[in-house]
Amino acid sequence: MTGPTSGSPIADVGTTTAAVKSISPHTMPAAAGAPPPKPGAAQSRREWLLTDAPASRSQAAWGRRYQVWLAFRRNKLAMAGLMVILVMLGLVLLAPLLATHDPGIQELGNRLAAPSAAHWLGTDELGRDVWSRLLYGGRITLGMVVAVVLLVAPIGLLVGCVAGYAGGIWDRLLMRVTDVFLAFPRLILALAFVAAMRPGVESAVIAIALTAWPPYARLARAETLTIRRTDYVAAARMTGASPARIVLRHVMPMCLPSLVVRVTLDMSSIILTAAGLGFLGLGAQPPLPEWGTMIATARRFILEQWWVAVMPGIAIFAASLAFNLLGDGLRDVLDPKQR
Amino acid sequence: MSTAPLVEVKNLRVDFPSATGVTHAVRGVSFSLGKEKLGIVGESGSGKSVTGRALMRLLPASTKAQADVLRFGETDILHASERQMRALRGRRIGLILQDPKYSLNPVMTAGAQIAEALRAHRRIGRREAREASLDLLEGVKIRDPRRVHDAYPHELSGGMGQRVMIAMMLAPNPELLIADEPTSALDASVQAEILRLIEELVDTRGMALMLISHDLPLVSHFCDRVAVMYAGQVMEELPAAELHKATHGYTRGLLECLPSLTERRPRLPTLNRDPAWLAPRP
Amino acid sequence: MLKARLGALAATAASIPITLLGLALVTFFIGRVVPIDPVLAVVGDRAPADVVERARIEMGLDQPLYVQFWRYLGDILSGDLGRSVMTSNPVWQDIARFFPATFELATLAIIVAAILGIGLGVLAATRQGSWVDQAVRVFCLAGHSLPVFVLGLISLLVFYAWLGWLPGPGRQGIIYQDMVETRTGLLTLDAALAGDWPAFRDAMAHLVQPAGVLAFFSLAYIARMTRAFMLAELRSEYVTTARAKGLSSARIVWRHAFRNTAVPLVTVIFLTYAGLLEGAVLTETIFAWPGLGQYLTVSLLNADMNAVLGATLVVGLIYVALNLLADLLYRLMDPRTR
Repeated sequence: MTGPTSGSPIADVGTTTAAVKSISPHTMPAAAGAPPPKPGAAQSRREWLLTDAPASRSQAAWGRRYQVWLAFRRNKLAMAGLMVILVMLGLVLLAPLLATHDPGIQELGNRLAAPSAAHWLGTDELGRDVWSRLLYGGRITLGMVVAVVLLVAPIGLLVGCVAGYAGGIWDRLLMRVTDVFLAFPRLILALAFVAAMRPGVESAVIAIALTAWPPYARLARAETLTIRRTDYVAAARMTGASPARIVLRHVMPMCLPSLVVRVTLDMSSIILTAAGLGFLGLGAQPPLPEWGTMIATARRFILEQWWVAVMPGIAIFAASLAFNLLGDGLRDVLDPKQR
Repeated sequence: MSTAPLVEVKNLRVDFPSATGVTHAVRGVSFSLGKEKLGIVGESGSGKSVTGRALMRLLPASTKAQADVLRFGETDILHASERQMRALRGRRIGLILQDPKYSLNPVMTAGAQIAEALRAHRRIGRREAREASLDLLEGVKIRDPRRVHDAYPHELSGGMGQRVMIAMMLAPNPELLIADEPTSALDASVQAEILRLIEELVDTRGMALMLISHDLPLVSHFCDRVAVMYAGQVMEELPAAELHKATHGYTRGLLECLPSLTERRPRLPTLNRDPAWLAPRP
Repeated sequence: MLKARLGALAATAASIPITLLGLALVTFFIGRVVPIDPVLAVVGDRAPADVVERARIEMGLDQPLYVQFWRYLGDILSGDLGRSVMTSNPVWQDIARFFPATFELATLAIIVAAILGIGLGVLAATRQGSWVDQAVRVFCLAGHSLPVFVLGLISLLVFYAWLGWLPGPGRQGIIYQDMVETRTGLLTLDAALAGDWPAFRDAMAHLVQPAGVLAFFSLAYIARMTRAFMLAELRSEYVTTARAKGLSSARIVWRHAFRNTAVPLVTVIFLTYAGLLEGAVLTETIFAWPGLGQYLTVSLLNADMNAVLGATLVVGLIYVALNLLADLLYRLMDPRTR
């Protein structure tokens, strides 16, 4: 009738909280007001970052960032995502150095070749080297994604914050507009926009951007609505800060973490939309080596020379998965309430 | 076995592992309980609720519970199979939680939830279960049992919800009722009513009661014995009637923090925590 | 309380015409900025100048924009979406002809996705942190990251070319073409109604692959949401109550926790269903599925703007309708909003 008798004596003495917590490595006590780190002094830099009593605002800010990084680092999948993204960016930026062939040079005698020492990933229907085309194609696909995010995130953030903070008629009008945009599936609206312009990289970017901004505005507005009721915003208002200053300095920075998470998670869907447009022949036009476009032209050979279409498919999948993993990890760290 | 107490706990320890370390929620608690009313008092995080739930093995799967003895009746709770535990839960031990707003299922009617408790342990038909549920609702002094029976929890007031909770937990006629802060979420005006109801039902049915609360005077009023917990340990255990004779610094501190209507007190003292209280106890 | 609920419902209902007006405005706007001259599309490039001018006036293109929009609205409301240049049929007729194929595809896909997605999500949530949970998590992320058209191509390669288990692209085998009387436009249903089981089997076999590919994407999303909802519910107090009552874990999971997630899940499933229209564009292209998505892309590539805008508008309408339906179901299912 007796349970297992075991256990070490409980040795946590000295904390004042009722529930006694083991001392974790992240709450290591450090001397208050420790001096700023000297270059090379790794141990003291870690202590400086983790101190419970930061001496300056920047120390507190960096300490906070370091804590986030430590939490993020524990998530292996998210770290893997980050690594893949960094490697991909490296490959794409160094494309001229890493490409074994000119992506545009045709070698019609060597069409649809299987992977070999000369052509690592084989050749396409015009005898062009798939590996080199993938590298250069990454510049276009990933470049489109970056362009969309650069266009969309600031606009969405600004519009959402202003609407949320101003309220009233502006808010209602704006939300109605986002409703209309959200009432179309994204790809289909992008298709219609591209149809109104000329198929190509620029119109694809604009079309995706036009369809992508409403969720950001929604998110920023929702965050703003909670932030504007906080005491520190009231305090800022009472010190006479202008609405512009409050929005720019007090509201927008607070919206950033959730926006970053959203952007990272959205990256993968932007990649898929961009590639989808390319696949339908409405994105980058041949002979540009965009990943979706590459699949579209190689599609005809899927049953015989399948690797020609599958290689860019893997590239799209890897990039999209990496962003999803990273976004998932970032959400856990930056935005725990959204889980 | 007739002389053995209903519940026996010796040196219970409960740990919550987390990403940043281990929280020792309960650190060597011992007590026993017969057919009586035991109050367990302590502040938030003192481990009193965890102790109650450990007795029903209702803690999250990641929790580590150990004890020299953790026994209910003749069941060894630490080593019982899940099947044995299910036969114990509800049937022999009932649990009343703090806030009926959260502890009742929002998408099931009150009656359905009571009937479910009945039918989990007895083979009875729907109609019979409905009759029994209505009787139980009447038993917890609800004036309009039919309305409450078909109502969803959000349509009931806090006090009414807690009555439903009590009816539900008494349905299989358990031997022990654990009431975990049963009145903390209620309006002050209904608190006493609910507690009196629990007391009355426990007395007439001859059940044991474990009343968990942060309210020392309230517990001492309704219970036979009081155990005072702090930081996962029992500081002191004494008959409720002899509370004023408490010797431990923490109990004394709690009692002295209370304002009084009968005597004039200059200024309420703050509670000074002595680090020595945290030392492991025998 | 009732008044507040009716008010919320009225607000939702009132927002619909505004959203629809917005939809029409967007398609109208796209139609006006298009670089193709709609007049030349009708009369041809070589028409003499006076013919072009007459056609322009006839089509009302000399009027100010707001008049044009007003007429456009009137046309839409009377069901006139213009004539397709490509098929020379009214766009409305074309859409009615192509829609059933998409409906059949998307409906089977959402049924598969909902059943499997909910199953996987519940499984992962009840075994949180275990290898099953990890596997489901990775599967969901992968499903969310894999482009539909790549999955479709790989599926064709494996199940059609290598294994030979399933037929290739298309909606039915040649020998069954036009053999079954069209009643609903859904080939499987029509074949079943006619009692023609070989035709039914053939239609089903053709449907399996595109529907499976289409389902995969939504499946991942539904599983992910189910898991998240279930985890939140399993942590709640009423689950502790249910456990304290001594209920079986199956009953706790399904009757208590799942019943509470069902309400938001319905919304998720409906929105996913609407989103399938998007995946259908790509899936139909790959599997040569004669549905709305294919109609849309082919019209796009042929610069058939009436068809493109008509199809876009219809898709938008379906999307809004499904959203509204989700909202209504939500109110019906949750006792707190009933």
